[in-house]
Amino acid sequence: MSLRGLKSTVAAGAFALAAFGGVAYAETTLTVYTAVEAEDLKRYAETFNADHPDIKINWVRDSTGVVTAKLLAEKNNPQADVVWGLAATSLLLLKSEGMLEPYAPKGVEKLDKNFVDKSTPPAWTGMDAWVAAICFNTVEAGKAGLKAPTSWKDLTKPEYKGKIVMPNPNSSGTGFLDVSSWLQLFGEAEGWKYMDALHENIAAYTHSGSKPCKMAGSGETVIGISFAFRGAKEKAGGAPVEVIIPSEGIGWDMEATAIIAGTSKLDAAKTLVDWTITKKANEMYNTGYAVVAYPGVAKPVPHFPPNVVEKMIPNDFEWAANNRKTILEEWQKRYDSKSEAKS
Amino acid sequence: MASLGLGGRRVGPARVRLDRDAWMVRAFILVIAVYLVVALALPLYTMLSKSFSTYRFDLATFELQIDRGEGWSAPTTLATLAEGLPSTAAPALDTNHDGRLSVVSLVADFSFRSPTRYRLRNAADGAVFLIGSERIADRDWHEFSSNEFRRVVVRPAVSRGVDNYLTYFTTPSLVQSIENSVRIAVISTIVTVVLAFGFAYALARTCMPFKGAFRLVALIPILVPSLLPGIALIYLFGNQGFLKELLLGHTIYGPIGIVIGSVFFTFPHAFIIISTALAISDSRLHEAAVSLRASPWRRFWTVTIPAARYGLISAAFVVFTLVITDFGLPKVIGGQFNVLAVDIYKQVIGQQNFEMGAVVSVILLVPAVLAFAVDRAIQRRQVAGLSARSVPFEPKPRARSDWTAFGFCLAVAVFIVGILAVCQFAALVKLWPYDLSPSLQNYDFDRTDGGGWEAYGNSIRMALYTALIGTGVVFLGAYLVEKTQGFQTGRTLFQFLAMMPMAIPGMVLGLAYIFFFNDPANPLNFLYGTMTILVLSTVTHFYTVAHLTAVTALKQMDHEFESVSASLKQPVWRLFAGVTVPVCLPAILDISIYLFVNAMTTVSAVVFLYSPTTKLASVAVLNMDDAGDVAPAAAMGMMIFYTNVAARVVHLAITRGLLTRTQAWRYR
Repeated sequence: MSLRGLKSTVAAGAFALAAFGGVAYAETTLTVYTAVEAEDLKRYAETFNADHPDIKINWVRDSTGVVTAKLLAEKNNPQADVVWGLAATSLLLLKSEGMLEPYAPKGVEKLDKNFVDKSTPPAWTGMDAWVAAICFNTVEAGKAGLKAPTSWKDLTKPEYKGKIVMPNPNSSGTGFLDVSSWLQLFGEAEGWKYMDALHENIAAYTHSGSKPCKMAGSGETVIGISFAFRGAKEKAGGAPVEVIIPSEGIGWDMEATAIIAGTSKLDAAKTLVDWTITKKANEMYNTGYAVVAYPGVAKPVPHFPPNVVEKMIPNDFEWAANNRKTILEEWQKRYDSKSEAKS
Repeated sequence: MASLGLGGRRVGPARVRLDRDAWMVRAFILVIAVYLVVALALPLYTMLSKSFSTYRFDLATFELQIDRGEGWSAPTTLATLAEGLPSTAAPALDTNHDGRLSVVSLVADFSFRSPTRYRLRNAADGAVFLIGSERIADRDWHEFSSNEFRRVVVRPAVSRGVDNYLTYFTTPSLVQSIENSVRIAVISTIVTVVLAFGFAYALARTCMPFKGAFRLVALIPILVPSLLPGIALIYLFGNQGFLKELLLGHTIYGPIGIVIGSVFFTFPHAFIIISTALAISDSRLHEAAVSLRASPWRRFWTVTIPAARYGLISAAFVVFTLVITDFGLPKVIGGQFNVLAVDIYKQVIGQQNFEMGAVVSVILLVPAVLAFAVDRAIQRRQVAGLSARSVPFEPKPRARSDWTAFGFCLAVAVFIVGILAVCQFAALVKLWPYDLSPSLQNYDFDRTDGGGWEAYGNSIRMALYTALIGTGVVFLGAYLVEKTQGFQTGRTLFQFLAMMPMAIPGMVLGLAYIFFFNDPANPLNFLYGTMTILVLSTVTHFYTVAHLTAVTALKQMDHEFESVSASLKQPVWRLFAGVTVPVCLPAILDISIYLFVNAMTTVSAVVFLYSPTTKLASVAVLNMDDAGDVAPAAAMGMMIFYTNVAARVVHLAITRGLLTRTQAWRYR
C-alpha cells in the first residue's frame, strides 16, 4: 500500500514538475498517532487525501491506553506530529504536561462548544463522541429467564449476580468513563455505594473496553458494560445482542484531534487539523459514530439506539482528569483487593 | 581435520602469532561482554533506579496571596499553609506521575461563593500548577476569584526515595499478587513435575507401545505461545464451554485456569529434564535391589527416585520460574486473580505508571533470582551417577504396568492434542457458539487489531534474525570462554553475565529496555522501535539455555585440539572454523531452532517493545484476545504453531543431511 502510494506520489510529483516548469512539488509526511478503529483508518486517510494529496499520513495506531502511554513516554522526544482520534481525557492529560500546541482551526466556531477545549486558543478539538451502553445477550438471557435491564440501578438486582462483565477503569478508558459518570450522576457517596452493590454482581473486570460487549456477543456473559459503537458492530456481525441505553443517563468521551508541540511540520499539521473539523470530515466520522462535533451533520447509524444524544450527561472532563488518580486509587482499594483466590 | 595439516607455513616467531591470537580472543570476549552489559546490565540498572524515582508535592515551591477585601496579604508558601491545617486535613504528599493536589484543600475557610480573591505563583523553577488542565510553569503571579480558584491544582516534582516501595506494600491489592503468584507457581510446579515424571517414567521404564509418538506429543506445547492454552480453556470450560459441568460450578477464570494452562505449557520443559535424569539410571542397582527382595514400591523410592533427584529438583525450579514469570496465560484467563507479571503490564499500559511498573518488576525479580540461585547451588553438588561400568536399564514387558502406563500417557496426550484441536476448531467456525458453520473469516486479520498478516510476517523475520544472529553470538561467546587461555577475570565476568538472563523475567527485561533505550540522551536511542531491539531483547532473553547447550557441546571436545593447533602454529579462527564448528554442528542447529521457536512464541519482553511497524504475531494473539476477538486470536496462535512445526521439520531435514556429511566420524 505504502509502496503504491509512494509511486503515485512520485508520478504526481513528476507531472507537477513538468507542468509548472521546475516548481518543486513538496510532499510532507505527517506522523499521526491514533486510536481510531483499525478498519476505519484507510478510509480516513483516503478521504483526507482527496482534498490534500500533498500531505501523506503515516498512521501509528494502538489502543487508547497504549497510545497515551507511548506519547507520555516520548514526552521529551516527541515522535508524533499530530494526534487524530484519541480520547479527550487522554488529550487533557497531555495538555497538562504541556505537550499540545494550542491552535484554533479554521471554522472551529461552527462546532458544538462541548467538543472544543475551553482554553483560547483551544489545545484540542473533538471529532465524535463514544457513549457508554449495555450489551445484552438475548439468547443467554432467555435461557436464564432474565429480563433486560433498563437502568444502571437495575444492574444491582440480585438476579444478575455473576452475569455482568465490565472493563477495569485502571486499564480501560471506557471503564474509567463509566466510573466517573456514575460519580457525576449519583454524587460521590451514592456513586460509590452504587458500585459496591454492582460489584456483588460482577463476574469479571476486563482489561479492554470492547471486550465485555464481545463477551456478551459470544454468550460468555449475559450483560457487558461497554460502549454503543461496539454493541452496534456486534449486532451487525450477527451476535444476539441488544444495545441498551440506561435511563439515568450515560457517560461519554470523545475522540479528538491536537497538534503535538514542537513539531517541525507545523503548517502541514495545521492543514490536517483544519480539515478534521470540516463538515466533510464529520460526515465521515458519522459512518460509525452517531454523535459528531459538527451540529446538524449526524444521521442515524444502523443498530444504534435512537435516544443517545438526550441521554448523554454533561460530562466534566476537567474534573475527571484532575480527580483521575484519586478515583482510580479508591476503586482499586474497594474492588481490586477483593479479587482473591477461591481455590 | 584435514585442514590442520595445511599449516606448515612459518610466519614470524611463534610468540608473536600467539600474542596476536590472544589479543584477538580478548577483543572478542570484550565485544560480547560489552554486548551483554549493554543488552542486560545497563537496562536493569536503569530500571532499578527508576523504581526509586518518586513524585512528591513540594509545597514550598508555591506562593499564595489572599485578598479578603483588605488588600493582598504577604505571600506565604503552601507549605506554611498546610502546617496550619489540623492533622486530619493534612494532604498526602507522596503521589505518582498523575498526581494533582487541589490548592483549595489547603485553605482552611474556603468557600467558592466568597468574594475573596487569590494569587498563586511558582516560587521555584520547575514548579508547575494547572488551571483546569492548562499548565502554568512561569514565575508570574496569577489571580483568581474564589470560584476560579477551585480549578487550580498543583503538580508534583520528581525526587528520589523509597516512597514507591512504601506505596506498594501498603496497597493490599498489589501485595496480594505476591502471594497469588507464589501459590500458583507452587501448585503448578507440583502438578507438572508429578505428571512429567510419570510420563518420562512410562517412556523410560516400560515396554508400552507408541513411545515415539508420545515423545513427539509431549514436546508440542513448546511450539505455541503460553496464552494459547488459556484461549482453549475458555472454549472448553468458559461459560459457553462444552465441558463446563466438569468444573462443578467453579469458574475457569482465575487460579484453576492458570494452573491447568501452566501445566500444559511447562510440561515439555519438565519432561525433557526428567527424561534425561531417568536415562542415566544404572541397571545394576535395580538388579541388586531385586536380589535383595525389595518390593517394587521400595525399589522405586530407594533406587529410581534418588537417581533422578537432581533432575526432579531442576525441573521443579524451571517450572516454578516459568510459571511465576509468565504473563500471557494469566492475562488471558486470570480473570480477577492478580499476579505479578500482569500487574507490571497493568501499571505500565493501563495507568502509565512506569515507576510502579519498575517496583513490581524488582519484586518479581526476587523469586526468580532466588529459584535460580538455589537450583544452581544444588546442581553444583551433583556427582556423576553414571560410571563407565554402568549398565543401561532395559525394561522388560509386563502387561499390567505397560498398559497402565499406556493409559496414563494417552490421557496426557489427549489433553495436549485436545487443547490445540479446540483452538483450531474455534478458529474455523463463524460465530462461536451461535453459528458453527465453517468459515475462514477469523483469518481475515485486517478486520481486527493486532497487525494482521503483516505481524505474522514480522514474526517470521524476527525469528529468523534471532536464530541467525543469536546462534552466532552465543556460540562464539561460549567458544571463547570455554576454549581459550588466560584473561581469567574477563572470562569469569562473562560466565556470570551469560547466566543472568535465565533469572530475568521477560516482562522485566522489556520494561528495562523501555527505560534504557527510550531515553533521548542515550546514544543507542535510535534502536528504539526498530526490529533490531526486538531481536536484541529476544536473543538476550533466551541467551542462557543457548549458551549452556553450546558449552556442553564444546566440553565434549578435548582440549588437545587447541594444544595441537597451537603447536602447529595455527591461528585460532582456523581451528574454530575447520574443526570446532563442524564437530559441534548438531548443537549449533539445536541452538538456532531453540531461538527460532522461542522468538515466534514469546510475548513477555516484546510486548513493551514492538512498534506500529514491527508488530508481532504472538503479541497480536494477546491484543486480539484483549479486544475480545478470541477466535481470530486462536487462529493466529495456530499459525504460530504450524510455522514452528514447519521450522522443526526443516531443522530435522538439515540435521539429517548435514550429520551424514560432518558427523560420519562419530559412527566409524
